[in-house]
Amino acid sequence: MISAHNISKSFDENQVLKQISLEIPQGSTVSLIGPSGCGKSTLLRIMIGLVKADTGSVRYNETEISESNINSIRHNIGYVIQEGGLFPHLTNAQNIALAANYLGWAASRIQERIEQLRELVNIESDILERQPEHISGGQRQRISLMRALMLDPEYILMDEPLGSIDPLVRYELQNDLKRIFRELNKTVVLVTHDLGEAAFLGDTIALMRAGKIIQRGDIKTIMEAPANRFVEEFITAQRSPLADLK
Amino acid sequence: MKLKKDYKLIIMYNSTFNMVRCRSSVLHYLLCFSIICSVMVPFQLQAQSAQDEMIIIGSKLFTESVILGEIATQLAEHGDIETDYYSQLGGTRILWNALREGDIDAYPDYTGTLIQEIIQDSSIQHMDELRQRLVKFNVEITQPLGFNNTYALGMREKHAKRLGIETISDLRNHPELKHGYSNEFMNRGDGWKGLREIYQLSPDEVTGLDHDLAYRGLESGGIDVIDLYSTDAEIDYYNLKVLEDDLHFFPEYQAVFVYRSELKDKSPTAVKVLNQMAGTIPEPQMINMNARVKLDQIPAQEVASDFIRHTFDIETEVKATGLWQRLWVNTLDHLYLVGISLGLAILIAIPLGIIAVKVPVIENTVLGVVGVLQTIPSLALLVFMIPLFGIGALPAMAALFLYSLLPVVRNTHSGIKNIPTPTMESAYALGLPKTVVLKKIELPLAMPTILAGIKTSAVINVGTATLGALIGAGGYGQPILTGIRLDSVPLILEGAIPAALLALAVQGLFDLIEKQLSN
Repeated sequence: MISAHNISKSFDENQVLKQISLEIPQGSTVSLIGPSGCGKSTLLRIMIGLVKADTGSVRYNETEISESNINSIRHNIGYVIQEGGLFPHLTNAQNIALAANYLGWAASRIQERIEQLRELVNIESDILERQPEHISGGQRQRISLMRALMLDPEYILMDEPLGSIDPLVRYELQNDLKRIFRELNKTVVLVTHDLGEAAFLGDTIALMRAGKIIQRGDIKTIMEAPANRFVEEFITAQRSPLADLK
Repeated sequence: MKLKKDYKLIIMYNSTFNMVRCRSSVLHYLLCFSIICSVMVPFQLQAQSAQDEMIIIGSKLFTESVILGEIATQLAEHGDIETDYYSQLGGTRILWNALREGDIDAYPDYTGTLIQEIIQDSSIQHMDELRQRLVKFNVEITQPLGFNNTYALGMREKHAKRLGIETISDLRNHPELKHGYSNEFMNRGDGWKGLREIYQLSPDEVTGLDHDLAYRGLESGGIDVIDLYSTDAEIDYYNLKVLEDDLHFFPEYQAVFVYRSELKDKSPTAVKVLNQMAGTIPEPQMINMNARVKLDQIPAQEVASDFIRHTFDIETEVKATGLWQRLWVNTLDHLYLVGISLGLAILIAIPLGIIAVKVPVIENTVLGVVGVLQTIPSLALLVFMIPLFGIGALPAMAALFLYSLLPVVRNTHSGIKNIPTPTMESAYALGLPKTVVLKKIELPLAMPTILAGIKTSAVINVGTATLGALIGAGGYGQPILTGIRLDSVPLILEGAIPAALLALAVQGLFDLIEKQLSN
């Protein structure tokens, strides 16, 4: 279980998170959604210790993150960002193996694990020896996912992982992600601004606005009983081609 | 001997590179290069300190001094004394300080210069008095060598005649004349400073320039009045009018050898050799020797050897060095200067650049300090190193080292700092410690920028190292310096062309490494 408690954060004068608390039960997926600048990315980066909160705490199964334990906790978290965040000077395989190499895994074990993940994320093996810049955006996200899953972490944090992918590939990746989450039974936090994606991948949705969580629940609850006018507007603003035709 | 030593070091370079060739990482190359270079510094020191039983002779940056130094060198070598000769080291101050510091044991100077410039008491009239005043510096002088080389002012004969100028006093009526004086003369008490006061001169335009170039300026009409040494061969050659010192401002400048008192214990034979020269060089002979070197372009070694044969009936060995051998020696000297200073600079500058990124508190201080170092004129920086490291290759390397820091520090800093935040966050999110992120992610990503910095440093370093010859470091600057002194374009090119080629080669080498890296 991930629990963020009473998180506040300001950058200079600008308060981006206001005493947020959020719990993600073991094995479930939460979609963090909201307009740009609502603080959803900052919250995710605080959860993996890349940004230090002004107040509050983040716990993974009762262990609070701190400077001293953050690296070992990160070995139990997979992190995927928009466009993958792959290291351009390494091959895709080297990108995937980086953390395992640091932890001293044997080459055969790394090889085996990469092969396992390659089948899971459905990517051709010749892609692995190329540099990230020589593969497509969708392939990059699959590699990034392999890197995140390499150490078989309990938790996965994703920040707009499909943000810059074209619709067809995106659709395919969404299906694959859903399958993988279900197969591996990971605890996942997914930041997105697309309500459809949030609903499709998330067991629950946390809708954020201006540094606060406005409503938390499954898509049905949110659609049927929006907490306020903003939630209502946010739902209606998601354009559906069918609705427009009518 | 020097050649052999340097050659060995180059072999060392190569073999060590071969050993590490299997490692592909650029970082390893750089590290190895830097370490090899810094290991070589003690070698050089050792080589210098092992030279106890010998005399080191120096000379100033003009032909007469170079010839006198050469004569003393050949006589000492003939007397079986191990002799090292730092030719055309610089001006009076540099020679005097080098003598006081023990970097050299002896050099030729003039009584007037010692009285006016070193002791700065013009009341000294006799040699004995001068000797006594030098005791407290632990410095002694030989008997006069036989000629007086006083300062004088000169003009083109026709020009002087047309204006009716005979004496220095006559210059008072012609403030429109352009004066061009050697830089040392400009600043000496017995030079322009005192002369202007005594003669009440206030010309419109006074510029400083190299003495050997002044004759060219005079001939071309760019300047009208210059300072002369009375033994200069050019006085006759260019048909110059020597203006009469009607107020008797210039003192006598009897040529003597100045040496450290301890030389008497260290090498009594060497002192004997220096004194042997006393009274052997009358003024016409000195003018003649200057003419042969400067006007007839005969090597100073040969002229000195002829003089020795004539005067002492001794055959000395003139080591005639061919163009290729000189090039080889200069190349080794130059590579030695550049290699060690650059190697050390890389070794220090990369960590310094990393620290500047990682410790924001000192970021501006580090970048500021290395930035300021770069603004010090290279010539001045070289001279600042003399009190710390004496003369020769060491101070030149120190100055080149400081000069090479900025581009590498700045590029290491910006190379790391410009890595996109998402990339850095992805690295930390993997749970890698900072040192691993630095080694595996930051340095490799910054490497092209760091290499570009090293390339800039290396190219600047190759050019700046030519100035090292001014303080006895050798290299491609040596023929340039001699070429300027002798007004010889071929000699200048002998230094300038290889220096330019080396700079291009260095640039090409780094371009190649960069290309390799980006593949």
